[in-house]
Amino acid sequence: MTGDAARRDEDGYYWIRDPRLWKLLQFCFCMGNRVSLFVTCIVDQLFPKVGMDMADVLERLGYEIDFPESQTCCGQPAFNTGYRDEARTVARHFLDTFESSECIVAPSGSCTSMVTHHYAELFEKEPETLARVHSLEKRLWEFSTFLTEVAGVEDVGARLDDVVTFHDSCHGLRELGIKDAPRRLLARVRGLELREMQPAEECCGFGGTFAVKFAELSGAMARTKIDAILRTGANTVVALDLSCLMQIQGVLSRAGSPVRTMHLAEVLASR
Amino acid sequence: MSVEFEEKIHNTLADSNLQLAIYTATGRLKDKRTETVASDELPEYQELRTQANALKKHTIENLDYYLEEFERNVEAHGGKVVYAKDGTEVADFVLKLAKERGARLIVKSKSMTTEEVDLNERLEHNGLESVETDLGEYIIQLAHERPYHIVAPALHMTRYQVADLFTKRLNVPRETVIEKQTAIARSVLRQKFLAADIGISGANFLVAGSGAVVLVENEGNIRLTTSAPKIHIAVAGIEKMIPRAQDLAVFLKLLGRSGTGQLLTVYTSFLSSARRSGEVDGPDEFYVVLLDNGRTRLLPDRGKRQSLYCIRCGACLNTCPVYRKIGGHSFPWVYSGPIGAIITPQFMGISHEPKLPFASSLCGACSEVCPVKIDIPKVLLELRSDVKKAEVRDHRNRLEKLAFRAFAWLMTHPRLYEMAGRLAAAAAPGSSGWIRGVPAPMNIGPLRAWLSQRDLPPAPTRSFREMWRRR
Amino acid sequence: MSRDNILHRVRTALGRSAGQVVADPPPVRIRIPVVDIEQRISTMFARIEALAGATHRAATPADARAFVAAAIEGQSAVASNAPFLAECGIATLPGVRSGVTDREELRALCATADVGITSADYVLADTGSLVMIASPREARLVSLLPPAHIAVVPRDRILTGLDELFTILPNPAEVTSSMVLITGPSRTADIEQILVRGVHGPGRITVVVVG
Repeated sequence: MTGDAARRDEDGYYWIRDPRLWKLLQFCFCMGNRVSLFVTCIVDQLFPKVGMDMADVLERLGYEIDFPESQTCCGQPAFNTGYRDEARTVARHFLDTFESSECIVAPSGSCTSMVTHHYAELFEKEPETLARVHSLEKRLWEFSTFLTEVAGVEDVGARLDDVVTFHDSCHGLRELGIKDAPRRLLARVRGLELREMQPAEECCGFGGTFAVKFAELSGAMARTKIDAILRTGANTVVALDLSCLMQIQGVLSRAGSPVRTMHLAEVLASR
Repeated sequence: MSVEFEEKIHNTLADSNLQLAIYTATGRLKDKRTETVASDELPEYQELRTQANALKKHTIENLDYYLEEFERNVEAHGGKVVYAKDGTEVADFVLKLAKERGARLIVKSKSMTTEEVDLNERLEHNGLESVETDLGEYIIQLAHERPYHIVAPALHMTRYQVADLFTKRLNVPRETVIEKQTAIARSVLRQKFLAADIGISGANFLVAGSGAVVLVENEGNIRLTTSAPKIHIAVAGIEKMIPRAQDLAVFLKLLGRSGTGQLLTVYTSFLSSARRSGEVDGPDEFYVVLLDNGRTRLLPDRGKRQSLYCIRCGACLNTCPVYRKIGGHSFPWVYSGPIGAIITPQFMGISHEPKLPFASSLCGACSEVCPVKIDIPKVLLELRSDVKKAEVRDHRNRLEKLAFRAFAWLMTHPRLYEMAGRLAAAAAPGSSGWIRGVPAPMNIGPLRAWLSQRDLPPAPTRSFREMWRRR
Repeated sequence: MSRDNILHRVRTALGRSAGQVVADPPPVRIRIPVVDIEQRISTMFARIEALAGATHRAATPADARAFVAAAIEGQSAVASNAPFLAECGIATLPGVRSGVTDREELRALCATADVGITSADYVLADTGSLVMIASPREARLVSLLPPAHIAVVPRDRILTGLDELFTILPNPAEVTSSMVLITGPSRTADIEQILVRGVHGPGRITVVVVG
């Protein structure tokens, strides 16, 4: 959570301290050209096009895609709401689903970090499951990070004539350290102008069940975000996480604004 | 409890003047911090944070040792250490000493620890006059309010409110110019400093190896509180301990910058005793009261123990998007902001305000700016789990528990999950655009809450997995 | 007894026993940069001025005396018993009361004087901070009660920063009841975040370096 790549390793946690070694290990697991999709429950049920676009981009880069059908959810909603037993149940299913996937890509920072940064906490008292978790941590990638660090590309041949601004989703930013990768990718999209919002790096207010448990507060946070967005004059807000985009678009729409939202995958799939 | 919490939040959100005040005040402090910890200004910033965290961890994990070392050193220099298990014992000590010395007037400098135990109230109840001397604290004392922010106690008040307050409580002609208001307070408080029998301070740090208390401020009231009266009593939570004076080279570089964007606060005092032989001024008696008040209850939990590392800089408040909307008075206890959200349930018990750990989007901005690297979101998540376990045990909120059990069950049965998805999509109002509202029977619970603030995405005709199968 | 009770609770919570040894605390990286004296003075002055303090470089003690005389013209002043002030002839300037060793007398003087004049034990260049160590030579209230403060220091007391201070003086408690770092004039922004100087401590501060 502290944004730096060195992780805690007290109490038997097994973490690689050197961020470069970490990345190397992750890379080794994904050296082949086969990737599995973890689309996330929100993409599956509400924003399927994002999943299709992500697959599209990966295929164009020469990857063979598979979609393990038994996938459902990473368990984050339960974990964030305090239901750890239920989260563990769902997490075990996730581990089973992706047991034999060498390389998994997900269109979400928060779902990725749920697995890579919180599964270990959930299973700290179960050494066998914990070992499987540590293996999985090395094999799961957030989409933009996968493109820049594993596929090693920034130009995916996309074209989108638009003025956009980019929203840094909190989990991706602070737990996964994602800041540059999406910007480097967006910089290579033909016809695209990126404007940064001020202030930057502020939470959109979604926060999972927070959005409904503290709806008015969540809405107030979103409206502050919208102000920053509107000040950029951009037509489109791009982000890595659909939970944020759902919150932002929901408020924009309620305010009658023509500004639209797009997931990074949708932008990169545009031609 | 919870209704009050949500009501306070609602009232704060509805007050547009207050919203502006909170947002701009915290924004200023946040920006100043950012400037002074930038990598060209303080290249060793992250290294300092790591050192600070390691020092606090070491000290807390060996706290008994350092408490005893501290005590020995205070006593070696002629002072006295008093342990207090709660506010009553703190007050009892002060009252007894005051009685023995015939003391009537006390001056106080800002101390969240003394707020925690309502010390002023207890002293006043027993016939002593105890005057807050930090300008912001003085103002809220006159107003009978609690501090709004760790560093800026009167953040929520305008100059006009201060003017009204001074006229009413000090019997002075109405004055709305801030400089002049400050001069009025200065003049009143100066008399108090010079007449006071006892000065009570908090402590930012307790230095075990020196038997010293370290205090930081900008006004000078702490120096006066601890130098003018003949008796100085420092009240501090046991967790304020650090091992050696040289450790201040780490903490002082972080404290000012993190809290207010200052390299150092105007005054940093390192006080270890009553005046030594030959010193011209200073107190004749020096006491340090070490307060437990629930801290030892917190200590056993290895995951949450880090909550005690806090050096009370206020950075987490200034950066928290939730605090910047709901302000300090929405919080149920004296500590507000992200740090308040994690220590309140641990000091007061989770049933004090069970919704508090949930009033966060877990964005993590707090832990990113925390100079001692407290992983606040991690502690919040553990507290949430504690709340839910207690609810299960007490058979409360059963519907939600049931819902999440159903969630877990559904998510481990992919075909049923898929079916449920199709059903939900079919039941959703047909719409190509985002949905403004839903028909009455469906407009309940989370759906209603969502729709109160924003539109809902339309249900797609096919789920991803259906589309995938068809390609 | 609360003491034994609390210590017992702490030990139980931490799984420690009475008298159990403790490993050394984590080492603190102390970095003392190599900075020549002119650079130190330059940095120190810049910091003090950025905080709305005033600065003056006096080539000789006599210059310092003349500067202070002009600064306190027509005002009442109280000076600490620092030998350096006597050396500069400042302690005997007209309008300056010095040599006071009685606590109540000193307090009364400080409460009415327009200016407090002190030396300083050290100055920290990187933050522009005066290090005031309470002693028979320097009382606490001289730099605190009067609305203006003038500090006159010889240039050989200027340190690079906190790291150097705690290297020279690893335990101030051994020598004094009070060590105070003074970084600029007293200030507050407690009302509407508007900055006001001179709340309780001096609102005007002047640092004179001699040599």
